[in-house]
Amino acid sequence: MQSINLAEHTVRELNQLLHDQSKDLVEDQWEISETSGQHNIACGLNQKLNVGIKGHVGYFCAGMNQHAHVTVHGNAGQGVAENMMSGTVHVKGDASSAAGATSHGGLLVIDGNTGARCGISMKGSDIVVKGNVGHMSCFMAQAGTLVVCGDAGEALGDSLYETVIFVKGKVQSLGADCVEKSVTDKHFKQLKKLLDRAGSEEDPTHFKRYGSARQLYNFKVDNAY
Amino acid sequence: MCGIVGLYLKNHALENQIGSMFAPMLEAMTGRGPDSAGFAIYGDEVPKGSTKLTLYHQDLTYDWDALAHRAQAQLAVPIEFFRNHHAAVFKIATDAQTASEYFLTHAPELILLSAGQSIEILKAVGLPTEISSEFNLSGMKGSHIIGHTRMATESAVTLEGSHPFSTGQDLCLVHNGSFSNHNRLRTELAYHGYHMKTENDTEVAAGYLTWRMDQGDTLKQSLEHALQDLDGFYTLAIGTHDGFAVIRDPIACKPAVLAETDDYVAMASEYQALTSLPNIDQARIWEPEPATIYSWQRDSH
Repeated sequence: MQSINLAEHTVRELNQLLHDQSKDLVEDQWEISETSGQHNIACGLNQKLNVGIKGHVGYFCAGMNQHAHVTVHGNAGQGVAENMMSGTVHVKGDASSAAGATSHGGLLVIDGNTGARCGISMKGSDIVVKGNVGHMSCFMAQAGTLVVCGDAGEALGDSLYETVIFVKGKVQSLGADCVEKSVTDKHFKQLKKLLDRAGSEEDPTHFKRYGSARQLYNFKVDNAY
Repeated sequence: MCGIVGLYLKNHALENQIGSMFAPMLEAMTGRGPDSAGFAIYGDEVPKGSTKLTLYHQDLTYDWDALAHRAQAQLAVPIEFFRNHHAAVFKIATDAQTASEYFLTHAPELILLSAGQSIEILKAVGLPTEISSEFNLSGMKGSHIIGHTRMATESAVTLEGSHPFSTGQDLCLVHNGSFSNHNRLRTELAYHGYHMKTENDTEVAAGYLTWRMDQGDTLKQSLEHALQDLDGFYTLAIGTHDGFAVIRDPIACKPAVLAETDDYVAMASEYQALTSLPNIDQARIWEPEPATIYSWQRDSH
């Protein structure tokens, strides 16, 4: 295990040490302390590392992640796991806005709540939020799955493409072209699998499913000015 | 960009330490705003009927003594003052309007930064660390304080364009974001008799709240109206004689973090600015919801 104290090292130094592992894997267990809410911690990882971050982090933590398993023992600022390609990012506290923005793959788990625009433009990742999500979550989301065990804010799934959204609690309002859809055994099984991966014991039958009505896919002359 | 920070003490015993608690918060936001910085501190209150003015002159050798003598003779009321770098705080045994008008007329070379019973606004162009040290922020005492580090987008990098903005007694505002309807609002406020001194959008927001409160709104009501009438992106921290409030626009693009313990409430654009506070590990930390008013008010000083 390698321990890095960010009171003694810069984030740039830390990230370089982590990036060096992508060429020759010497150490796969990392612990980072004294984070003090700094930005860009553990970004651009490209190796099967286990990174434990003790403390709150700022913006874009674990952004562009590939293969690594990053755990934040605290809260995360804007854009945690943005553009993640694979691996796992687990935030034990709350996350700010744009959690998992544009993420292509991997699993993002938030134990607490997220701010606005969770999963905005996500492109294939899985996101499980054990608390609530803020407004405009999954805005223009293209693929992947968002699971919300709490409530969702206004305009959920606005201009949605093919991302599937499961919500257990209340949805304040649905965005344009986002509709509730029927849930079959196939969906329950899919959701159960994802909840298990996220370490959640929620009952999948308590969730509703939302998706795109696909009415914005094609140009409609009636909508022209 | 821009960084905003605020600290409101629930535990009166900490009032002697507010400056030393707040200085690292302001300085931590340098990355968000290296152009200019400023803060508004509430404390060292003058009695009702008296007024405290913060006046600014760019020349460090300005003769404040002579000004105080002149003012005392002409206003025929007791005046005390103390200097603080480029600024001076005058305590005048008369109402705010009389005091402000006197200095604006007889000392037009000065810039009036604040007027009230409790507020002192100190601000300058430069790095937050330099400004904090020039005004001896860490040695200051008070009940609540809000601050701003500026990265200018809307108007020039000048003292006049730096925050906090005050347009009413003991009222001030710091802002991260930009207003899109400030020109129309400026015209409307002028129609109601409120004339802004700068081209800055934030001053208009401060003027708007002053107007609403003059109309009888409480701080909370004025902010409810602001949510209807102010268009743009904003996180605001507002200081009043007894209170402190935080509000974000309905889209909530601009960041904000709140932290509360038994001793204080703190807000900042980023969590980084809160890490130096005592017992922050035990604080309740959360992101303020969009279009929601968070306010704390003291019963008395």
